[in-house]
Amino acid sequence: MAEYGHHTEEPTVYGLIAEFDDSDNLLHAAEAAYKAGYRTMDAYSPLPIHGLSEAIGFKKTYVSLITLIGGITGAATGFGMQYFASVIHYDYDIGGKPFNSWPSFMPITFELAILFGAFAALGSMLALNGLPRHHHPVFNAKRFERASSDGFFLCIESEDLQYDTEATKKFLEEQGPVEVSEVLDD
Amino acid sequence: MESKTTHPSLTPTAPIMAPGHSYESISREVSDVVLEHNMPRAWYLCLFGVGLPLLGVLGLSTGMLFWEGLGLWGINNPVGWGFAIVNLVWWIGIGHAGTLISAILLLFNQDWRTAINRFAEAMTLFAVMCAGLFPLLHVGRPWAIFFILPYPNTMALWPQFRSPLLWDVFAISTYFTVSLLFWFTGLIPDLATLRDRSKGVRRKVYGAFALGWRGSAKHWFRYEMAYLLLGGMSAPLVVSVHTIVSFDFAVSVIPGWHTTIFPPYFVAGAIYSGFAMVLTIMIPVRVLFNMTDFITVRHMENMAKVMLATGLVVCYGYMCELFYSYYSGSEYESYMMTNRMFGPVGWAYWCLLLCNMATPQLLWFKAFRTKAIPLFCVTIVVNIGMWLERYVIVVTSLRRDYIPQAWDSYAGTAFDWAAYVGSIGLFVTMLCLFVRFLPMITIFELRVQHHEMERGEIR
Repeated sequence: MAEYGHHTEEPTVYGLIAEFDDSDNLLHAAEAAYKAGYRTMDAYSPLPIHGLSEAIGFKKTYVSLITLIGGITGAATGFGMQYFASVIHYDYDIGGKPFNSWPSFMPITFELAILFGAFAALGSMLALNGLPRHHHPVFNAKRFERASSDGFFLCIESEDLQYDTEATKKFLEEQGPVEVSEVLDD
Repeated sequence: MESKTTHPSLTPTAPIMAPGHSYESISREVSDVVLEHNMPRAWYLCLFGVGLPLLGVLGLSTGMLFWEGLGLWGINNPVGWGFAIVNLVWWIGIGHAGTLISAILLLFNQDWRTAINRFAEAMTLFAVMCAGLFPLLHVGRPWAIFFILPYPNTMALWPQFRSPLLWDVFAISTYFTVSLLFWFTGLIPDLATLRDRSKGVRRKVYGAFALGWRGSAKHWFRYEMAYLLLGGMSAPLVVSVHTIVSFDFAVSVIPGWHTTIFPPYFVAGAIYSGFAMVLTIMIPVRVLFNMTDFITVRHMENMAKVMLATGLVVCYGYMCELFYSYYSGSEYESYMMTNRMFGPVGWAYWCLLLCNMATPQLLWFKAFRTKAIPLFCVTIVVNIGMWLERYVIVVTSLRRDYIPQAWDSYAGTAFDWAAYVGSIGLFVTMLCLFVRFLPMITIFELRVQHHEMERGEIR
């Protein structure tokens, strides 16, 4: 940082963060920020709050679609493997049963549908969230360790088109936060 | 344990969580068990007095089993399954309660699952580990266990896809994997809490497993969807797993096994024994670790009610078996039942009826559902009863099936018992390590519960 004298360039600012003491205050602030025209922002909370992601304009996720695709892929893999093995690659008469004795293939088809679906659900959730991630600038925020305990934060990022150090700070201070501070990028 | 009987949660509408908590106190109380290393003396006793010695028994007996071969076990020609399969079914059944609590109660929006789901899911994982051990040992050549998997091989062979035993391989391995994913998904936000509350190496380790979770609203949005989907997939999975386990029996033509009641009867039995085991562990743990604020008498009572309901389904299964053996008109079926009741191991059948049918009727009385010691005793009896049930099913049908010339007797040897007791050691050890290193209650869901209680949405 500049005061240590080694870096001549100014540290870039990631955004302005406001801490709230309650989920309702955070929700109202997020709604107000969206109404005021802010778009590049995120809210941080120790528990999922209904309506919060919608309030900052984030309403759609592909997790369920990807999970469905994963499940269908699993079912197709399971049935395809058994069909290939029993009908094409190793057709062997066992107890006079038909080669394609599909009712017997259902349990494994079902299990693999669930298995692939579960990996798709967790995998797509993590991938779309950009996790795992080693570091994120928001962790530089003051008292941010409370975001996993009892702190509620709203961060308007400097990339937002409407971002203005003074005006945005003033706007956040009007929302009744505990504190507003600047978050540095690193 | 009885000192808590004056707790406010004993009132008719016992609260789901004791009053007077905040987001901070919830996070602190649950994570401090891990971070401040507040292990009660009983924990040391369990780990060093029970878990590790029995795990040693398992290691030693398994080592000798690998060296000498399966002859050390009591299995013989008609009774090829013996203890190994009894234990497999017993452990798998115990595991099912965890998935039931975490998935099915999630889908039914049962708020009281919050405080117990983490623990119950951990129990699922450890029980499935113990279960998986037995087929591994039972194949006799564990180094060739990969033969059961469909893999490209020079013999150009495939496993038999029409066999329930192969379905079992897929069902149990999928079950373990999906349970692990579901459990880990629930852990991510809590690992972030532990990361933020600790320092040094622990912070780095918890931080690595928390995957950089920062509680972003967008992340929570996707997270909740993924969690719900995992729950939605686990619910049919758990039913399918024990159905497939019951197919191991029902698809065969052994008298007493070849019945259509087996899948529902096995699934109900699994839930029944699983809830019994959750209660067996939870009753001491909630007191020892000071978790009575979060795991209240309401939880005890609800679990006891689930036990009572599933216990009645199991009783229905016993009645059906009796009826089938009579109504089938098959002399082998009816002889199987006569032999089961009055044959050489008839005592096991009557004991199981006493344990699984008679004892749980005590749960109709409120005192048995809400008082720690009586409820604990009932759960122990049910655990024993459910083991006996599988013993009776596996052994009585196999030892006397069709031609008397092929009959033989069966008894477990010391090595059978060592493997069984040893698997309990594995289970206890894993549970002790779990409560030492991970939060035993889902902290973020407790926060949600607190949030909803403050708004009066739940009581």
